[in-house]
Amino acid sequence: MSEFKAMAATRTGLILFALVLVFGTFAMTGPRAALLMLVGLGFGLVLEGLRFGFAGPWRVVITDRDSRGLIAQFLAIGITAAVVFPLLAAFPEELGGAHAPVGIAMIGGAFVFGAMMQLVMGCGSGTLVNAGSGNLIALVALLGFIGGSFLGSLHLNWWTGLGSLPVYTLQGIFGNSAGLWVTLIALAGIGALALSRSAPGKRMPPARLWWAAALIAVLAVLNLVIAGQPWGVVYGLGLWGAKLAQAGGVDVAATAFWSLPSHAERLDQSLLTDVTSLTNIGLIAGAFLVMRWRRVPDAQVVPISGGSWVIVLLAGLVLGYSARIAFGCNVGAFFSGISTGSVHGWVWFFAAFAGSTLGLKLRPALLRPAVASGTVATA
Amino acid sequence: MNANIQSSHHALPGRPLVGTLAIVFIVGLVVIDTVQSAPINPFAAPPPVALGSGEAPTGAHCTQP
Repeated sequence: MSEFKAMAATRTGLILFALVLVFGTFAMTGPRAALLMLVGLGFGLVLEGLRFGFAGPWRVVITDRDSRGLIAQFLAIGITAAVVFPLLAAFPEELGGAHAPVGIAMIGGAFVFGAMMQLVMGCGSGTLVNAGSGNLIALVALLGFIGGSFLGSLHLNWWTGLGSLPVYTLQGIFGNSAGLWVTLIALAGIGALALSRSAPGKRMPPARLWWAAALIAVLAVLNLVIAGQPWGVVYGLGLWGAKLAQAGGVDVAATAFWSLPSHAERLDQSLLTDVTSLTNIGLIAGAFLVMRWRRVPDAQVVPISGGSWVIVLLAGLVLGYSARIAFGCNVGAFFSGISTGSVHGWVWFFAAFAGSTLGLKLRPALLRPAVASGTVATA
Repeated sequence: MNANIQSSHHALPGRPLVGTLAIVFIVGLVVIDTVQSAPINPFAAPPPVALGSGEAPTGAHCTQP
């Protein structure tokens, strides 16, 4: 078979795979689940296809004075907020924001999350995207992330008991219209500060990131409109851990967190009825589709030492744990929190960004490349 | 971490294989879950879109305590 025919066959198979995923979900679970699977696929296609990320852009802001990715993130959040604030105000009974309290554990969790996401070079969405696109470090980190999110849920009450403020939203403080303006002005202000400190030629995002930002915003709004809640990642991963622990004989339903009615229902019901599980699955599948669609897949990551693989797994565990006690990751807290007016989203951003600076220092010290005769690595 | 690697000792599996493993993991997770969870009742499925449904959101999110 010629290379052209083989590629055509692969791509036909990928299209069939996507159709089976969406229509299979529809047949088993209904139209809302199928639509959310479609939204998740869209996230995966955009994040991997247009290489829109969170951890990488934060890294280059610090190391290379390159703010192009960060500006694209702010653009996506700003567009989403401009649509979502009026929606939340108009339909408070049907739609809810990603609102959580600011607290000691929340701030500490965000800081640790920021450090760990630079260690494994993947945030909440990034770990899913990278695993789906065949990055072995991300796949190992994802296993840890699932375990950590579950463990974090078991201790969440203790952590929040350390000290926590009531839930504050910018809508609640300033009113709906002014709350949106405060959000947009804050995004613009921090974006301008980042631009002013950036190196020449590393300020304005390329067209690819403008498109990605717009598409991510559209998908985030669709997520809210379809599910009634904003885009999230961590809850689904914690639920996956709970399901696996239950399958292993752990009485998860007896724990304080998973015995609460809303969580007990999720534990009892199929993953295919859980909003964040559906979009997470779609996201991984979407990234996989893009990776396999490419004529030549990207190179695998650089081999690392045996000890470094253990560190990646542990870092994934801490990533999940810290995201759980921080009330979200870069998606649930940063993206959805800020775009729906939660003050905790802003606090999460500053804490996680500070943590990222630490993570960048830890990375070369903790992750060591594998050394073997005959190994040649070219960056 | 993106780099071209040539090694006879430490070459890692390529992205297509690792990506497929990720998909296999998800399929396995869904199978395990299907065995132990309550059967899905398609007649109890929520309206296609929450907006305009008149129903409060019932899903869970990481910002919930």
